[in-house]
Amino acid sequence: MKTFNPIKRGYLALEEWLNISFGGELNPLYHLGTLTFFFFWIVLISGIYLFIFFDTSLSGAYNSVEYLTNEQWYLGGVMRSLHRYASDAAILTILLHMFREFALDRYRGFRWFSWLTGVPTLWFVVTLGITGYWLVWDELGLYVAVLSAQLMDALPIVSGSMARNFLEGQLTDRFFTLMGFLHLLGQPVLLIFALWIHVKRLSHVEISAPRGLALGSFIALMALSLYMPAESHAPADLGKVPATLNIDWFYLNIYPLLDHWSAGNVWILSIGVTMFLMIMPWLPPKKTGHAAVVHLDECNGCGQCADDCPFDAITMRQRTDEARWEYEVVVDDKLCAACGICVGSCHSSNIFRYKNKTLDTGIDMPQFPVDEVRQKTAEVISGIEGDTKILILGCDHAYDVKQINEPGIGIMTLFCSGMTPPSLVEYALKNGVDGVLLTGCRNGDCFYRYGNIWMDKRLDGDRKPVLRERADKSRIEVFRAAETDGKKLTQKIDEFKQHLILLNKEDAATTADNGTDGGAS
Amino acid sequence: MTSALRVILQIINYTIFMFLVGYFSIYPQFKHLEDDQAMITLAISHAGERREECRKIPPEELAKLPPNMRTPMDCPRERSPIVVELTLDGKVVISDNVEPPGLYADQGIDIFQSIKIPAGKHLLSLKMNDSVRVEGPTFTHKQDINLEPAQLLVIQFDSENGKFTLN
Repeated sequence: MKTFNPIKRGYLALEEWLNISFGGELNPLYHLGTLTFFFFWIVLISGIYLFIFFDTSLSGAYNSVEYLTNEQWYLGGVMRSLHRYASDAAILTILLHMFREFALDRYRGFRWFSWLTGVPTLWFVVTLGITGYWLVWDELGLYVAVLSAQLMDALPIVSGSMARNFLEGQLTDRFFTLMGFLHLLGQPVLLIFALWIHVKRLSHVEISAPRGLALGSFIALMALSLYMPAESHAPADLGKVPATLNIDWFYLNIYPLLDHWSAGNVWILSIGVTMFLMIMPWLPPKKTGHAAVVHLDECNGCGQCADDCPFDAITMRQRTDEARWEYEVVVDDKLCAACGICVGSCHSSNIFRYKNKTLDTGIDMPQFPVDEVRQKTAEVISGIEGDTKILILGCDHAYDVKQINEPGIGIMTLFCSGMTPPSLVEYALKNGVDGVLLTGCRNGDCFYRYGNIWMDKRLDGDRKPVLRERADKSRIEVFRAAETDGKKLTQKIDEFKQHLILLNKEDAATTADNGTDGGAS
Repeated sequence: MTSALRVILQIINYTIFMFLVGYFSIYPQFKHLEDDQAMITLAISHAGERREECRKIPPEELAKLPPNMRTPMDCPRERSPIVVELTLDGKVVISDNVEPPGLYADQGIDIFQSIKIPAGKHLLSLKMNDSVRVEGPTFTHKQDINLEPAQLLVIQFDSENGKFTLN
């Protein structure tokens, strides 16, 4: 029995609400990373446009932004608003992304690297936004500039006083050249590098948001830009103190703290929070199961497992044995998530092989080898009682199917839905069950990223190894269910059972007809 | 679910999204300074006096030194801390004692502190000591000021002429 986790439950409720609104394929929570990239694209394109008109001088910066905002509101103003709101939206999606990974416990164990590298990446985004506000050189820009300089002055590595640069008569156009370089080139390059590292341990990385979602988000940002165009404060005046400020809380939330705390304390808080977030994967650490093991005798080096591995843990290399194949696969234990997807994708995992001896496969999970999977499945099937027998194939990270205790139902769980060799489904059907129901994480939300996607494709014949044509697909049902989807799953099981009863009756009638016809002839 | 209902739900979700982005982009407003407040910034960049006075090296001692090190004066590098006090209408509002940075404590000192004060007339008084060899302030300044709301008064120290400047 899984423990009750209110944060996870809350997140799943939000996810369910968005599933109802958008459907599984376009649920924004399943595309937070690609949405963030999409917002970055908007920021980049609008930023390039703004830069064409931006005057990188102390006296001209504010006026050039004002020109874009007011004189050229229909394009420049819209671009400026899109630039700001897309930047804000990116922070929102990043925070949701972090919350999601936390709520679903997808930040520990083999995922530590992505989490650890993600935290400083957020800082890169935030500092990029901060320098953007400087460039407007209005009261808010001045406020941010002076306080940022005070923050820098508090660091023991900085000699002299940066804040003095913002006293009247000290500032020159060189300041804007530096800011321009930072905001337009230095920081974006650093951010791209940080993002590259962040996804380094993933394969099949998607950076394009689904078209429908991208379009919807763009229209939303466009509507916001027209309804509430981004505006500047009064121009920066070094002899005056900005009094009331419309702070962008997505980026500038730390600055108001400086009204109450010293710069040193703000640093302690920021560094403390950052460090805490970075060490979270080890509070406490999560053990990852034993890495997949390659059996070269059964591996023909087809590369399907390497292609299917969601974490880039499997690579191909030249054959090291005397087999006639050109390549073999190698598992990097440090990267392996022990999801077993590679077992499901290996052609040698065909359950019908080696009927009377141990089923060895090309790549296997030592803690639950495919031979044991076959044996256990056979045991479960033989233990099912009732007229209509259903085998439920579940996974360890979705709804806990072991809770289902109904007559006529056998339960079998694997590490991931994608660990299921399609032949296992066929095997179950041939060995006495009336139907097989595959469940697992909600569509688009696989704990191991691609397990349920690959499995669906295998069943549909779109990805190797495919479910053979001869398998009776009318007796196979797929219904993904998260921890909170128990009722829906129970309902689905009932429907499936009724469907199978009907099929059984039809089959019985057809058999009887055939028998009668046979007798008559 | 009908597609029309789904579209309506999507519009609701996009509206929530737009609201969150739009609202936190500028609200809640932040009051950095109250309407009747002004600010004084103390921005001093000054090197304290040497902790010890330079000493003229006697010729016999000089002769013992390698030729390239024979400078007539021996000046210890360490400098004094700067002690500064800003008083407004008799009340101390900024008080700082800054040690010189650097491995040999021989670098110039930068002080940058701001304080919010009620706008209007005040009597401003400054005291600074930049030498451990002198008891009490080495520089003082007194001035009546009248600050408008949101005005920034910057106090600097002109090391060359040894006086405070108010802008």
